[in-house]
Amino acid sequence: MASQKRISKELADCTENPPQGMRISLPNDSDLHKWHVTLEGPSQSAYSGGTFGLFVTLPPDYPFKTPQITFSTRIYHPNVTNDATGSICLGLLKPEQWKPATRIRSVLEAIRSLLVEPNPDDPLEARIADEYKNDRKEFEKNAKTYVTRYAKGTPKFEAVPAAAAGGSDGVGDSSTGRRAN
Amino acid sequence: MPKDMMQKKKVAYDISFKVYTPEDIQKQQDDLINEVNMILDISKEEAAILLRHFRWNKERLIEDYMDRPRHVLDAAGLAQSSRLPRLEVIPGFVCDICCEDGDGLESFAIKCGHRYCVDCYRHYLSQKIVEEGEAARIQCPADGCSLIIDARSLDILVTSELKERYFQLLNRTYVEDKDTLKWCPAPDCQNAVECAVKKKDLEKVVPTVACACQHRFCFGCNNNDHQPAPCRLVKMWLQKCADDSETANWISANTKECPKCNSTIEKNGGCNHMTCRKCRHEFCWMCMGLWSEHGTSWYNCNRFEEKSGTEARDAQAKSRVSLERYLHYYNRYANHEQSARLDKDIYQKTEKKMVQLQRESGMSWIEVQYLNSASTALQTCRQTLMWTYAFAFYLARNNLTEIFEDNQKDLEMAVEALSEMFEKPVTELADPKLKVVIMDKTAYCNKRRVILLEDTAQNLAEGRWSFSVDLTTPGPNGGSSSRR
Repeated sequence: MASQKRISKELADCTENPPQGMRISLPNDSDLHKWHVTLEGPSQSAYSGGTFGLFVTLPPDYPFKTPQITFSTRIYHPNVTNDATGSICLGLLKPEQWKPATRIRSVLEAIRSLLVEPNPDDPLEARIADEYKNDRKEFEKNAKTYVTRYAKGTPKFEAVPAAAAGGSDGVGDSSTGRRAN
Repeated sequence: MPKDMMQKKKVAYDISFKVYTPEDIQKQQDDLINEVNMILDISKEEAAILLRHFRWNKERLIEDYMDRPRHVLDAAGLAQSSRLPRLEVIPGFVCDICCEDGDGLESFAIKCGHRYCVDCYRHYLSQKIVEEGEAARIQCPADGCSLIIDARSLDILVTSELKERYFQLLNRTYVEDKDTLKWCPAPDCQNAVECAVKKKDLEKVVPTVACACQHRFCFGCNNNDHQPAPCRLVKMWLQKCADDSETANWISANTKECPKCNSTIEKNGGCNHMTCRKCRHEFCWMCMGLWSEHGTSWYNCNRFEEKSGTEARDAQAKSRVSLERYLHYYNRYANHEQSARLDKDIYQKTEKKMVQLQRESGMSWIEVQYLNSASTALQTCRQTLMWTYAFAFYLARNNLTEIFEDNQKDLEMAVEALSEMFEKPVTELADPKLKVVIMDKTAYCNKRRVILLEDTAQNLAEGRWSFSVDLTTPGPNGGSSSRR
């Protein structure tokens, strides 16, 4: 498959020279289509001090189809569903906006900047977006509480969200957070 | 001569419209493109892109382009450069999508210069065209580049089977972009209908149009022909029926409402001492009066004169009446809907009947066409009758309603009479006397329908009906909302 070459190249690039504040690993070395990303909460954001897990699933038709990226760690954010699914609302990830020349790196960077600067005008969690707009103090307090409760230590990649699992392996790999370098 | 006059006289419920075949639609687009191509001195591909960008509003496009051509070109995704698109082999080229770099790898770029290998380009286009149904606004595959891929580039890249789909999609945007055009909603029909009726006119007219495929539909809401009822009423009525029809009958037969809070209550025990679960109101099932007034002598329920009982029964009666009123209209509406279906079954048998008739009676094909006309008349008249009941349900009584109801009654009687004759066995149908009767009845039905529709349409246009609901549509609604 043509996508194999592209994915290997992207993976090599992302592991050799990872995007700021991130580590990339493969839960299963023989499957290039599933990545685990560990993301440090940016220091200038409410998520500073937290460590978040991201699932990256590349469809067989990648890069012509959109990669699926979800949070495996609960996060209090206007553009991420406040549940175990951790779906992300990001323009780049919408099928009609996706371009095959877009790299996973730029998507990951976009997610990181979404932590620095949430987009309350296009929310997945309307209540949190409202709070972010109208009561920033309360928002930051809640976000920090979530960080303390869920985002301390090595992120767990156990709960495979229904959207990303695709019925393949429900049980997560036990070797979490293994570093590929 | 009299037939001629009938055709010339414009009936009040008729609106003008035109039916276009896919070829007509293609030609209209080509004509517009040629015109813009000549006036603005730009290529046809660019003219097409600009027209689509301006939703086929030629005047606005020309005006805007004259004012600030650069701005218009940029907004439509047409950066300026004069190179013709072609496939190229460039030494040292690496495709940014698949990361292939083989010698002799053919690559392609549109005017922005973002170059990809031809396989990736084709894959990208087929993904957009086949899976996402996009055609008019496919952008360059580069991240953040909004340049639109023009028709000439697509000519080079797109395979022939994809091209057909691509042009279908392009045609579709032409119809969908124009408010005066709509696709015929009949399955397998590819025609479009043009009609000038606007959304705000829908309080005054019921714009029924008839496609060349025989399908009659409302240009306002795409539903099947629903004259004489205006779109807004149709929407409310269908909504109401979806909510109510199944349960309303049962409720009517088995329940009463609590005299205090109007909750619907089913009696589930023998005792007449009812306590409403919701508001705890205690009352007598028989007379609906307060239980406290019954004391212990409940079984006689001899408190018929009690004031509370009479009032409660009044309220009860009112709510019953409104339900019964609805059921009255609904049953007639549903009956005509069902009968129309049954008549249609018969229509399908009609052809067989006619062949049989020709054989048995020695009549010619043309001589048995009266059965076909009768069947068509039954269909259209029942369709109209059906909606007269929805119309009547929302109609507030005034001096016009009586005329309307008379018209409705006349049409209904005529239709039922024709329907009965129509079902007679072939041997009887062959009787020349009955043939004349059927032909007369058919003509009469059609005439009664015209009279009814004339009357309703005229009064609607002049705003003389009064309805129990508001006809003005609050904001735009309907339309498909795509969810991802």
